[in-house]
Amino acid sequence: MSTDTTPDTTIDMNLDRHILRRTDGNDEEIVVNFGPQHPSTHGVINFVTQTNGEVIRRSVPEIGYLHRGLEKIGELVAYPGYMPFTDRIDYLAAMFANEGYAVAVERLLGIEAPPRAQYIRAISCELCRIASHFISIGTMAQDIGAATPLTHALREREAINDLLEELCGARLTYNFHRIGGVAFDVPAGWTDKVLRFLDHLDSYIQEWDRLITFNKIFVKRLAGVGVISREKAIDYGLVGPNLRGSGVKFDIRRDMPYGAYSDFEFNIPVGAGKVGTVGDCWDRFFVRVQEVVESSKIIRQAIAKLPEGDIQAKVARKVKPEAGEAVGQVESARGEMLYYIVSDGSEKAYRLRVRTGSFMAMGIIEELSHGIMVADLIAIIASLDVVAPEVDR
Amino acid sequence: MTQEELCTQLGAQFGDAVGALSETKGDRFVTVKVEKIVEVCAYLKTTVGCEFDFCRDITAVDWPARKVIEVVYHLYSVTHRHGLVLKVEANREAPAVATVEGVWKAATWLEREIYDLFGVNFTGHSDLRRILLPDDWVGYPLRKDYQEAGGYHGIGNTRPEPLVQLAKATDEVRKAIAAEAAAAAAAAAAAAPAPAVVESAPAPAAAPAAPAPAAPSTERKP
Repeated sequence: MSTDTTPDTTIDMNLDRHILRRTDGNDEEIVVNFGPQHPSTHGVINFVTQTNGEVIRRSVPEIGYLHRGLEKIGELVAYPGYMPFTDRIDYLAAMFANEGYAVAVERLLGIEAPPRAQYIRAISCELCRIASHFISIGTMAQDIGAATPLTHALREREAINDLLEELCGARLTYNFHRIGGVAFDVPAGWTDKVLRFLDHLDSYIQEWDRLITFNKIFVKRLAGVGVISREKAIDYGLVGPNLRGSGVKFDIRRDMPYGAYSDFEFNIPVGAGKVGTVGDCWDRFFVRVQEVVESSKIIRQAIAKLPEGDIQAKVARKVKPEAGEAVGQVESARGEMLYYIVSDGSEKAYRLRVRTGSFMAMGIIEELSHGIMVADLIAIIASLDVVAPEVDR
Repeated sequence: MTQEELCTQLGAQFGDAVGALSETKGDRFVTVKVEKIVEVCAYLKTTVGCEFDFCRDITAVDWPARKVIEVVYHLYSVTHRHGLVLKVEANREAPAVATVEGVWKAATWLEREIYDLFGVNFTGHSDLRRILLPDDWVGYPLRKDYQEAGGYHGIGNTRPEPLVQLAKATDEVRKAIAAEAAAAAAAAAAAAPAPAVVESAPAPAAAPAAPAPAAPSTERKP
């Protein structure tokens, strides 16, 4: 740790910034690099944080440590070959990345997956959403200082990983969806196992609420912290649970239906300021807890109505969409995941763009950081559920 | 409102600065003159009935043949549940587009990403720095004519083919085994003369050769 007394009123954004330094000749104020290797940043992200003791003046996220050029890769590989790369965009909810890409290319081709495939997509995605939300709410509890809930969350997620492994052979990077369908049909007896798990889950959520959601210390720690107003959430382009936490009832599954979602009945939980202000960290947490229950409802309906038939539409071996462009969007665990594909009529995308929920969430952190406590910054990062590879792509 | 209605309204308001709705396959879009983009966006956001409060995405597409970089705006209205795609064309040699940061805050980071990967200069932007790549990176990777500079600060971006490396390593091990076997055979031959007087030749040559292959394989460096 070295200190530098050179007068410096702004945060130095050049490459020599990775030192602890005082600013402005003010002994109290220092710039701390929070990350890039820090358990609370949920991945490799650096927050260049200007603090005065416990109080933050400004915290600027520095991203890009996990940039792998996935958009460029999309221009270099043929359409079907890009599917495994989409898994790497968001390793906690890879199903959605698969589905979003498949939906975008299908729109470009003007085809649709058969009904059975769409139902299997919905089941697999909602299972994935439960798994991802459990990681989110579990790590959030841990960041606040409650160690036990994470072990519970990991236990539930483990059961889902086992189910998904049985369905598609992988536990995290599924590569399960295909352009015009899914890779495999559900194995014999698999849906019964899913239903058994959901029975357990529905009763378990009540235990979870007793354990942490309405825990007095936890609530006091999060209520009224990191408040994002409805207008600000929309202005900053927040999506998914972060947007709904601020009371905006907007869900791609309902408002821009894709796949089988128009066949299902489910609620869209929104933040209501039950324990504090609308749009605080606790609201975002509670929206996710409620969404787990809603996902469980969707899976039950999908299994009950699972149609017979093909799981793959007829797609030429060489996928060559006509010149044009299409957007495919799905409601991922971290909100709207948008693929924008421009085709020039060849076997490879001319331009492939992925807009993820975490990227938009990172954009608001600097705005929220003014004048808060260091510990609240951690709560805010956790409540926005950012996943570093999804931010950087 | 439907896209056609929105397009008609924009045409009535801005005249020929706003083109007609495209007839392309897939999603349709509206091309806007680059100098009018902020006005059009502000109009779409504030006009009652349009209220595009939500900026879903801003991105760019490079078209070297047409010598333009298109900046693409995917807009949506949470209030009215309708969407529209706008495009502007910036000159590829010195791409500059006015920032729409003042209309939607979401544009701050989205435009920074385009600046980083396409080199589009968003005039009036409050914080136009590279976002994903390091500050001293050379070039704009998502442009079609981008050439990799061959590494960054001594960190290479290529590596030898792994199978070639494996074959090379295997060859070295084989050579080492052969060399040791030869050395052992020579040593045995040197030690051999005394018993060779008593018995006939074949036995000593075979005996030391057997342990040789096993020994070097355990000695291979990790």
